[in-house]
Amino acid sequence: MSEWMKKTGPESDIVISSRIRIARNLEETPFPYLLDEARGEEVVQRVYQAVIEGNSALKDDFKLLSMKDLDKIERLKYIEKHLISPDLAKNTTQGNMLVNRQESISIMLNEEDHIRIQCILPGFQLDETWNLADKIDDLIEEKVKYAFDEQLGYLTSCPTNLGTGIRASVMMHLPVLNMTGYINNIFHASNQIGITIRGIYGEGTEFLGNIFQISNQVTLGITEEEIIKNLKAVVTQILQKERMMRGTLLEEKSIELEDRIFRSYGILKSARIINATEAMKLISDVKLGVCLGLLKDTTLTLENMNYLMAMIQLGHMQSHFKMELKDHERDVKRADFIRSIL
Amino acid sequence: MLCDACKKNPAVVHMTKNVNGNKMERHLCEVCAKAREENALEHHFSIPNFLAGLMESNMHSPLNMKYLNSIHCHRCGTTLNQVKQSGRLGCDECYEVFREKISPLIKRIHGNINHVGKVPKRTGGVIRLRRQVRQLKGKLQEAIVSEAFEEAAKLRDEIKALEKEVNKDQEG
Repeated sequence: MSEWMKKTGPESDIVISSRIRIARNLEETPFPYLLDEARGEEVVQRVYQAVIEGNSALKDDFKLLSMKDLDKIERLKYIEKHLISPDLAKNTTQGNMLVNRQESISIMLNEEDHIRIQCILPGFQLDETWNLADKIDDLIEEKVKYAFDEQLGYLTSCPTNLGTGIRASVMMHLPVLNMTGYINNIFHASNQIGITIRGIYGEGTEFLGNIFQISNQVTLGITEEEIIKNLKAVVTQILQKERMMRGTLLEEKSIELEDRIFRSYGILKSARIINATEAMKLISDVKLGVCLGLLKDTTLTLENMNYLMAMIQLGHMQSHFKMELKDHERDVKRADFIRSIL
Repeated sequence: MLCDACKKNPAVVHMTKNVNGNKMERHLCEVCAKAREENALEHHFSIPNFLAGLMESNMHSPLNMKYLNSIHCHRCGTTLNQVKQSGRLGCDECYEVFREKISPLIKRIHGNINHVGKVPKRTGGVIRLRRQVRQLKGKLQEAIVSEAFEEAAKLRDEIKALEKEVNKDQEG
C-alpha cells in the first residue's frame, strides 16, 4: 500500500493527499503515440539509465515495471493508488513505470508524453511534493536532453500541458461543504481563477465519498512556484470553510447529522452485501463522525477510514482475496472485509 | 433469443432504431449491452477532440484540405490537418513548424504564450541568461521613469555584463 494511503499528514482530517505531476519529452524524438515498439523501448531505457546512474540517494529505491508484465489486477491496483493512469495501464506494448519503494514517486513512461513524473504525499504538503518532483526532474535532466523551447517552455504532446508541464492537485474530503451545497459556490469561483475541481475518477464522475480533486488548469505563462502558491491559497480557503462549517454543525448538536453518522456506522458494521458506491458514501459519513469526535472506538481512527476507502476498491479487494471477483461475489466480500476492520 | 453480438448469452436488451424509415432491431445480452454503453461513453468527450474544435478552420473545402495536408513536420511527418483533427502534436519539431498556426489555440488555453517557469539546468544556460537580461531591462525602464539614475547606471552595467556572457556562450 502506498505511503499516502496508510499514513496521515498535515490537515489530514480534510486533506487526503497532495500530488504533483510533471510532463516531459525527449528532444528530437516523436511523442509516444507515433513510436513503434523498439523506439518506445529506447525511451524507457534512456530514462531508466538516467535515473539509476544519477547522483541521487533516491535511485536505489526504484524498480522498473512494464505494463505487459503486470496482470490486470496489479495494473488496476496501481491505478487506484494514483501511481499510473488508466491510459498507461492500457498501453501494454510500450507503457512502463518506475516506482519507488514507498510509492511516493512514480515515473510513467510512454503515456501521453515520454516522461510523466508523479509525486504524491499524504495530507497537505504541496511544497514538499513539488520539491521532490523537482529533484527527480533535475536527476533525469542530468542525462537526458528534454524537448524545450525558449518561448513555449517544455514541449508536450497536448498543448494544454505546455510551459511548466506541471499539474498540482490536492485531494480533499469535503462532506459538509457538499451536504450543504456550498461547494457549488466554490466551483464557480475557482473556475474563474484557473482552478478545476473534479471527482476522484476524473471529469464527469460523481463525487464519490465526498472526495474532491482540486488542481491548476493553466501551465504556461506562470512559474511553478506561483502555480503552487495559488493552489495552496485556494485549498486553504476551502479547508477553513469546511472546518468552520463542521464546527457550526457540532455546536448546533444537529440530531439529524448524528443520526446519519450512527446509521452509516451501523450499516457498515452489519451489512452482508455492499457495492463500492454505497460503501464510499457510508465510510465518508463515519469518517466525518470520527473527525467530529462523535464516534469513538479503538478501530475508529483516521488511518483506518483512509485504509477502508482504499481497500474497498476493486483492484485492492481482488488482490487482498487473491482472486478475481465477479459482481455479486465482490459485494459480499467487500461487506466481509469492512466488518473485519470495524 | 440469443444475443446478436456474442451469439452465446440470452438477449435481455432490445433496441429498435428507425433509420430513414427502415426499422432496425438489435438484441443484446447484458454483457454486450454494457460494453456498448461504455464504448459510447469513452468516445463521448475527449480533450484533443475538444481542442481541435477550438482551432478555427474551414475543413470542408477540398482545396483547403489539400493545403492542410501539404504542410507537415519533416521530422515525424505529422500534417497540419492531423494536428487540427487530433488537437495534439507529433514531436518537438512540430512546435517549430506549426508555431504560427497553433499560437492562437495556445493563447486561448493558457491566456498567453510565454514560458516564465523552470528552464533545463544543463542546456538552458543561455536561455536563463537571456531571461535575466529581459527582466533587468524592465527594471532599467522603471528606474529611468522614476529618475533613479544611480540605480539605472548599475542596472545598465549588469545588463552589459550579462549580454557579454550570452554572446560568449553562443559562440562557444
